[in-house]
Amino acid sequence: MTSLAKKISELFTKDIEVVEVKPKPYSNPYLTGIGLGLVLLLSFVIMGRGLGASGAMSSLVAFGVQTISPEHATSNEFYKEYIGDGTTNPLKDWLVFEVLGVLVGGFVSGALAGRIKKRVEKGPNISKSKRLLFAFLGGSMMGFGAKLARGCTSGQALTGGALLNLGSWIFMIMVFAGGYAFAYFMRRQWL
Amino acid sequence: MNAPFFKFGYFNTEISLVIAFIIGIAFGFSLERGGFGSARILAAQFYLSNMRVLKVMFSAIVTAMLGVYYLGVIGFLDLKLIYMTETYVLPQALGGLILGIGFVIGGYCPGTSVVSFATGSLDALMYILGALFGIFVFGEVYPLIANFYNSTNMGVVRLPEALHLSYGLVVFLVVVMAVGAFALAEWAEKKFAFRNPENEK
Repeated sequence: MTSLAKKISELFTKDIEVVEVKPKPYSNPYLTGIGLGLVLLLSFVIMGRGLGASGAMSSLVAFGVQTISPEHATSNEFYKEYIGDGTTNPLKDWLVFEVLGVLVGGFVSGALAGRIKKRVEKGPNISKSKRLLFAFLGGSMMGFGAKLARGCTSGQALTGGALLNLGSWIFMIMVFAGGYAFAYFMRRQWL
Repeated sequence: MNAPFFKFGYFNTEISLVIAFIIGIAFGFSLERGGFGSARILAAQFYLSNMRVLKVMFSAIVTAMLGVYYLGVIGFLDLKLIYMTETYVLPQALGGLILGIGFVIGGYCPGTSVVSFATGSLDALMYILGALFGIFVFGEVYPLIANFYNSTNMGVVRLPEALHLSYGLVVFLVVVMAVGAFALAEWAEKKFAFRNPENEK
């Protein structure tokens, strides 16, 4: 009788293993980097421009401000740069379409590797709500910093890095400097 | 010279948006493959236990840099037609510093947060909302900081001109630097393997 129960439970354990898709390990970083570099090169060759991310978020913000208060948006030089002369929708923009692609590409890659999962990413020593608060805070700084620097890790570090743009290299060095200098204060969140 | 294709008028703006979407898919796919959809792996870069950020980024920079260089040498790609942002030393240095601190607090950069959100991470969603808020704040205070934002402008300037070295030599030096950084990264990952989030499970 006990052996039968054991067998049944074993059967279920096997079932659980089948149901629970184990996430596949990430790809080799060097090969991934070469692939990413070829995508960037392709963008240079086809479009004459590199990749980006924060620019699309700026278009979205400018669009939001324009929708709520058109006068306020057009009186501000920063928003005006994304709105243009007002004849075209700010969302009909190269980077906006590129970032929509990033959303799809990220989802496809994650789905193929069994990595789609509703989650909050954090270290073991911090609560979920604190982590979400830090995510918002870090995001705000990133948004502000990226605008000040005229681009983020994609538009400046990656794209400008490959083009040997002086400003991009200054930016990249400062990003690493800021991250390493502040890492100590954030250790409870990640370690 | 045949490239960049868009600048030679081979296709119109509508088609360029379709291309943007396709290039974006490849970009997002590469980022997720490389582990950039995980905040813990991204942040581990700053604790020296997982150096994927450095490895992927510098392999990508070196690959694209060599491609641009050689396609220029054989006369296929006109480098002058590739869009480059002008250099503004102080705003870019300060922006980089704020962004770096934001990186270790938030766990993402704008591109990787999109990928992480696409795979179901709620903290990435919060991060994106934060980034939109930060950009909004920047927009609202822009009139006050416009002077600083436009200060120390050097125009479009590349490392070869800034360092008074030939283009080929700078390309070579970046490759050497990257290989050195890879060696250090491998060493650090071994030393701090005990706190590498990728080694869990």
